[in-house]
Amino acid sequence: MNRLSLLRIASLITAFALAGCTTIQAARGGPGQRLDPWENWNRKVFNFNEDVDRAVLKPVATAYTNVVPQQVRRSVGNFFGNFADAWSSINNMLQGKFEAGFEDATRVGANTLFGLFGILDVASEMGLDHHYEDFGQTLGRYGVGAGAYIVLPILGPSSVRDAAAIPVDRLASPPAFFNGTGTQVGLTVLQIVNTRAGLLGATRVIDDIALDKYTFVRDAYLQRRRSLVFDGDLPETPAAPADAASDAAGAAAGNLASPATATPASAPAKAGPAPAR
Amino acid sequence: MISTTRTFGWLAATAMALVLATGAQAQAAKAPDGLIKEISSDVLESVKADKTIQTGDVKKVTTLVDQKVMPYVDFERMTASAVGRYWRQATPDQQKRLENEFKLLLVRTYSGALSQVSQEQTIELKPMRSAAGDNEVVVRTEIRGKGDPIQLDYRLAKAGASWKIYDVNVLGVWLVENYRNSFAQEIGANGIDGLIAKLAERNKAAGAASAKS
Repeated sequence: MNRLSLLRIASLITAFALAGCTTIQAARGGPGQRLDPWENWNRKVFNFNEDVDRAVLKPVATAYTNVVPQQVRRSVGNFFGNFADAWSSINNMLQGKFEAGFEDATRVGANTLFGLFGILDVASEMGLDHHYEDFGQTLGRYGVGAGAYIVLPILGPSSVRDAAAIPVDRLASPPAFFNGTGTQVGLTVLQIVNTRAGLLGATRVIDDIALDKYTFVRDAYLQRRRSLVFDGDLPETPAAPADAASDAAGAAAGNLASPATATPASAPAKAGPAPAR
Repeated sequence: MISTTRTFGWLAATAMALVLATGAQAQAAKAPDGLIKEISSDVLESVKADKTIQTGDVKKVTTLVDQKVMPYVDFERMTASAVGRYWRQATPDQQKRLENEFKLLLVRTYSGALSQVSQEQTIELKPMRSAAGDNEVVVRTEIRGKGDPIQLDYRLAKAGASWKIYDVNVLGVWLVENYRNSFAQEIGANGIDGLIAKLAERNKAAGAASAKS
């Protein structure tokens, strides 16, 4: 993917996002609508993604898991994870979390130098934790709300804010660092397969427990992104009303009011620098 | 002689009652984070010791959950919270059935998670922010092992003298909260009985699937 097409996508998404902002104001209807004004459209894309997943992504990811030895798969995950660590380090710094940023940078240094360019995760053996942050979280940290929920083709669940951050995330993604269309396509495919394979367990669970998969994935995505923005430490008292009368609409509004944002089943494939391990 | 035996019996009974009372008191005084640590370590150890649970034996898992976890869960509140404002419109019978089906659903989720437990995993408590008088707290934990730590948080409320769990957070997603929109959607379309039927259908489908595999 060259810079020009990236720019084009970025501007397209920005335009989309701006259009979204006005739409959100207009749509203050039922509980689902507040966070999901484009539900009709989103459901169509979601179904499309499900079809693609069923026909291509899931079988390929399953075959990958069955055929490729675990050692190799772990190396692939580590390789992508190393890039994610570098990008996380930058985002941590941008968010003023210097300690976490420094630890991530140390991880990248250790894994690149002593881990054969990131293929081995020696940093984890050394007890260095990673602190996964993407650009959407950085925006969230500075008060940018998640905005409306969007299901992107192939990439899956997202929000206005997170979709706008994807082009920036892609700039730090492995394919951006290699020349040659073949290499870039190859890396992107491998990245998608690696991500999808990592989600096989999660999607199996969701298939099993969701009443309506679309709603379940949407709510989980928004909750999880919000939690990630606050590093799991949400600024609230233990909510979930004891009073059964408090309605779902109120809860849904609460979700939107604060910056939300990736999910355990970010599903079909989030091709950004995902936490590959 | 008879009177001595009787006195002794009396004494024993009183002593017994005292022990039980202090036992209950010790339970009450237990901090919520200590309770969570105890329950989760207990469950983790049981799973590690039992291969059949790791292979996903739902029956075994259900027994384990009933014994070790359920006494500390406020299931009525969990269900009421997921059902939201419709809870009060439900008849006691509907409420009971909702509770049972929802419980089954959550236990299945939980058993799926437990089958992923590996030998090196341990539970770590994260620092808790709460005041002494709080009636509701969040206990944050992390499952550490190979790979990334898994965030696992609990919401607890004081129920009388003890603490009870009413929501669980996996990787940033509060489970009960996450069902709220799905439930409202189903009730909106097909009523409370519709939701009960849907839950039952889900549980049955998954039961058949796991029986096959």
